[in-house]
Amino acid sequence: MATTVFKRPESMSTNITHYCPGCTHGIVHRLVGEVLDELGLRERAIGIAPVGCSVLCYNYFNIDFQESAHGRAPAMATGIKRTRPDTIVFTYQGDGDLASIGTNELIHAANRGERITTVFVNNAIYGMTGGQMAPTTMPGQVTTTCPMGRDVQTMGHPLRVSEMLATLKTPSYIARVAVHKPSYVIEAKRALKKAFQYQVEGRCYSLVEFLSTCPTNWAMTPSQSTKWLEDTMLPYYPLGEFKTPDEEE
Amino acid sequence: MGKKVLMKGNEAIGEAAILAGCRAYFCYPITPQTEVAEYLARRMPEVGGTFLQGESEVAVSYMLFGAGGAGVKVFTSSSSPGISLMAEGMSYIATAELPIVLINVMRNGPGLGGILPAQADYFQATKGAGHGDYHFIVLAPSSVQEAVDLIVKSFDMAEKYSNPVMLVADGMIGQMMEPVELPTFDEPPSPYVKGHEKWATTGAKGRERNLVKTLFLNPHEGQDHNVKLQTKYKEIEANEIAFEEIDTDGDLDVLLVSFGTMARVCKTAMESLKAEGVKVGMLRPISLWPFPLQRIRDLADKTKLVVSVELSMGQMVEDVERAVQGKTPVGFFGRAGGIVPTPDEVKDGILNLMKES
Amino acid sequence: MPRVTIEKDRCKGCSLCVEACPQQVLEMSLDINVKGYFYARPVRAHHCIGCRVCAITCPDVAIEVAVHGTLYHYFDY
Repeated sequence: MATTVFKRPESMSTNITHYCPGCTHGIVHRLVGEVLDELGLRERAIGIAPVGCSVLCYNYFNIDFQESAHGRAPAMATGIKRTRPDTIVFTYQGDGDLASIGTNELIHAANRGERITTVFVNNAIYGMTGGQMAPTTMPGQVTTTCPMGRDVQTMGHPLRVSEMLATLKTPSYIARVAVHKPSYVIEAKRALKKAFQYQVEGRCYSLVEFLSTCPTNWAMTPSQSTKWLEDTMLPYYPLGEFKTPDEEE
Repeated sequence: MGKKVLMKGNEAIGEAAILAGCRAYFCYPITPQTEVAEYLARRMPEVGGTFLQGESEVAVSYMLFGAGGAGVKVFTSSSSPGISLMAEGMSYIATAELPIVLINVMRNGPGLGGILPAQADYFQATKGAGHGDYHFIVLAPSSVQEAVDLIVKSFDMAEKYSNPVMLVADGMIGQMMEPVELPTFDEPPSPYVKGHEKWATTGAKGRERNLVKTLFLNPHEGQDHNVKLQTKYKEIEANEIAFEEIDTDGDLDVLLVSFGTMARVCKTAMESLKAEGVKVGMLRPISLWPFPLQRIRDLADKTKLVVSVELSMGQMVEDVERAVQGKTPVGFFGRAGGIVPTPDEVKDGILNLMKES
Repeated sequence: MPRVTIEKDRCKGCSLCVEACPQQVLEMSLDINVKGYFYARPVRAHHCIGCRVCAITCPDVAIEVAVHGTLYHYFDY
């Protein structure tokens, strides 16, 4: 008698994603689905889709979803959670959406301590619009809008969202993980599960930043992308928990 | 109806939303509507509702989207520059057909302008502040009592048509105190939108999942959605045109078209004009969108001159011209900068226009 | 014995699973799937230890893992 030890989570639909080969959005989607399943939240969950590659992410989940405008997902989530406090609300946002156009909504939702969870996918570039510079783009990284590489003299240094949010006093769970290799994915899932668990307990705002790859717009193979993330992004974006609600209580 | 109380316009607006069943209000302070927020900051907790001051009008517009998409009756108030910021979300709200209600207590513009009464957001309200082919239902009260009544009606209309409703008042209505009779109900209205289970995001328990979205990448799907919206707008145009007519019996020398506070000034000016022997009538649009095109067209047949009187540099006059279709000369009288003209100024303005035409 | 099943038409040929497998169970095919990708497939199934690492790294949820008997837990997932 065979036992299935790994399969598609119930919270996901069977649609094949539109993401490019090797894009780690798919992994993060699956982690969300697995965590919702394992915590028994599928029927309470409401996701908010961003603008960017993951604008269509609702196609890959089997849960209620709203689709936001660019960067406004945390405000939308606030509107839902405040009026439907029994639901489990999460935003799924990329780094262009969250770290550029949506910083205001992000910071204030976090600072008010909205009981929501933000799934933040940081791949250091704008994906859907075709590979433009993001606030998270690495120094020297070539994109279509910084063809000579990001010049920190004129564009500043990459924005460290998790560290920035961790300076807020309002109790929050803020963690950065990576999904470029299986060992990191395993750790990433633990962090995401904690984030949702805190929301279930009504404790705090939670955000998990996933360092991700974008092989197409980085102009690399999936395998090269994995190495680039490890060599370039990991030293600048350290992994770990930057804030836990326990510190504040 | 309940007993008559003396209330400031902005506070009456807040109370009306609560009486209509609304238990969710998101806001950002801006003069001259801030008292709505201040009133509801106290009142919402008393009735177990949600009050939240957002970080910006932009964010508020998406809080409305979120709550509206979750099937609750949700309300906000703002004033002209704030509505410009909310305009971003309005296009999405209209596209997703969310039954939200908001009020613009208009102040003078453009830019920061000032904090005095104006009606210069007519284009913004009726032609669409955001991108794409969409319409809010737009209603214009001319007294505190009418603001209260229209807010209650707005929640019903929003629910009936799954369409956002915007009231346009002005700083005068927001700031002045007038006696109002607050409506009473045998059964208090529900804080939830009727039939929301079919489309709202509340957690997919025991049903197919619901999706509230505005992206239509497939061009045919996109066109179909636009056609669906336009069909609904046609239905609203057929059912919901509202206006008040004053002294429009018989042939007229001049027909005034005016709304809100400006229409009240016109009423007084009409008395002086009549005293000088002018046959004057007025049509006061209550629904600015849909606009009473046909009625104005009919009245134009028996009028020598139609004058649009506005607290702007001439916006509604374009719709009046559209209504009249060149049958009758159309004039305009208006003031800007927050100046509300006196009845005598209006009278002189009308007499001048009559001489010119 | 553990069994890795790859839904070939879900695979986009990124080969992350092939690189992740500690037992060299998987290889990229030489023919293409319905989407035109060279897809991953188990070629040394008898080496599989049911660790799930291939499935965990797959961005397209194309891999299912089943085991007979008791799975040795190399890690919690």
